[in-house]
Amino acid sequence: MDSTTFSLFQIDIVTIFQHLINGLTLGGIYALIALGYTMVYGILKFINFAHGEILMVGTYFSLFLFNTLITGGKTGAVLFILFILALLFGMAISALLGVVIEIIAYKPLRKASRLAPLLSAIGVSIILSNSAAYFFGTRSRKFTYPLDNKPFNFFGLSITPVQLLTIFVCFFLMLGLKYFVDKTRIGRAMRASSENQNVASLMGVNVNKIISITFAIGSALAVTAGVLYALEYKVSPTMGTMTGLKAFIAAVVGGVGNISGAMLGGILLGILETFGTAVLGIPVGYKDTIAFGVLILILLLKPDGILGKNIKEKV
Amino acid sequence: MNNILEIKNIHVQYGNIKALNSVSLTVQKGDIVSLIGANGAGKSSLLKAVSGLEPITQGTIEYNNQIINSYQSSKRLRPDIISSMGIALVPEGRGVFSQMTVLENLEMGAFLVRDKAIISKKLLEIYAMFPILKDRKDQKSGSLSGGEQQMLAIGRALMSSPEVLLLDEPGLGLAPLIIKGIFEVIRSINDEYKTTIFIVEQNAKLALKNSNKGFVMETGVIVLSDLSANLIENPQVKAAYLGE
Ligand SMILES: Nc1ncnc2c1ncn2[C@@H]1O[C@H](COP(=O)(O)OP(=O)(O)OP(=O)(O)O)[C@@H](O)[C@H]1O
Ligand SMILES: [Mg+2]
Repeated sequence: MDSTTFSLFQIDIVTIFQHLINGLTLGGIYALIALGYTMVYGILKFINFAHGEILMVGTYFSLFLFNTLITGGKTGAVLFILFILALLFGMAISALLGVVIEIIAYKPLRKASRLAPLLSAIGVSIILSNSAAYFFGTRSRKFTYPLDNKPFNFFGLSITPVQLLTIFVCFFLMLGLKYFVDKTRIGRAMRASSENQNVASLMGVNVNKIISITFAIGSALAVTAGVLYALEYKVSPTMGTMTGLKAFIAAVVGGVGNISGAMLGGILLGILETFGTAVLGIPVGYKDTIAFGVLILILLLKPDGILGKNIKEKV
Repeated sequence: MNNILEIKNIHVQYGNIKALNSVSLTVQKGDIVSLIGANGAGKSSLLKAVSGLEPITQGTIEYNNQIINSYQSSKRLRPDIISSMGIALVPEGRGVFSQMTVLENLEMGAFLVRDKAIISKKLLEIYAMFPILKDRKDQKSGSLSGGEQQMLAIGRALMSSPEVLLLDEPGLGLAPLIIKGIFEVIRSINDEYKTTIFIVEQNAKLALKNSNKGFVMETGVIVLSDLSANLIENPQVKAAYLGE
């Protein structure tokens, strides 16, 4: 099927579902990355512009471990388990990286002007992508599929196992995070710290620890997204830049600082991009304009984002 | 002695602004003390220094003979540590977590309490003290009235069963009848749990009537300290703070 030839009126329900599945796959990835931006913003009121590069570094480490583990050829369940191991390794590395970056590059600037940590973040992102280019090379690499990626048909829909895996993992982690933030003691402390750090500390919360946990979780989620993304696309020193930017847009569209908003924004953006290219016939080369167009639209219509808070605080 | 809090010659400074200028005072276990003073006198700064939110540039603060805040940065304890030792502050403006429910706010108050049975017991006590909080427990606390928010802020502070309760203007912006009710509760907390209470209050009359000892602060300095009963009769206090 050449989806770009469809016009708006000839579309059938199966095709719509097909695009929806494709959009959900991409959207789940955006959403996982967007969560990191939004969680950090929630607590520190600042955009961690190095988030995409943390994703990139973690993805490289996953790839390296995976390639090492599978030398000699592995198949079946063993291959898949090794992939999960490599993913967990990348998550751990990036969680650590996120925490260390916060302590070194952001924490000393907490009382400085709001521009200072932002500039520091941009600096960190440049250092990370240049270091990656230096140490890992600029050649882009590819993940070996961890499972047999032959698409299967499901009521006329063509779904690949990687797509299924991506959708499953993304939604599982999103629900898990939602549960963590809404229902657990540390999650409550996170929400309390994002409302008022001083008062949270009066309750006995070590706010620095909460900030570290936030960076660790955000970075680990981003790497999961990065690895899933790399299964279909490429691993390169610049892979975090555009995906990071798109996810940032998703966070803003959903309402930055709002966790459900980041999920919604990510999924919405993934679906819009897929439908935009496939249904509206926007040339693939202009695909990225969709995200920026949506951003501009949201900023004009609802500057706080779809789920952004408009409630004035009671003094 | 039974000094639970010893504040010795402390200074608090914000840039060039000196908010506290060599303040000393002691609080004894089980007392209710009140601190009165005009706007900007430095009352909140004092409570923030005790709870560790503001560093002090000179002097020390001791709690049960242990230094909790000091001019030496190595001897300053973090607010969460001080809170874990048994000092709870109800901050000026209440500081409820407005996006969280009433129950979640109360649970935050018990953040360091790991025993679920103790948390449930405390919750029941707080609900008995402020029945309205029970009715509103699943409501976002930002939607509570000012008086209800103040009750929540006090209830939240009590969830950790503090030894010392610091209250920064609990009556701020509330109707006289509500303020009276809040002071009654404060007295009963002191009665029942033997909690030491330190109240900063604009309503000087009510504060002095409901405390054993009182301090008067003017521009960063303690100018009077006496039994509250004496301060109420003091002509200076009468003229400046009681409007008589
Ligand atoms: N964060 C701050 N930065 C700069 N100056 C401050 C800060 N907090 C307080 N001040 C100044 O320190 C002085 C004492 O303030 P403080 O809040 O302790 O007074 P207060 O007695 O609690 O007043 P009020 O009755 O109005 O609450 C004031 O002059 C105030 O402007
Ligand atoms: Mg004050």
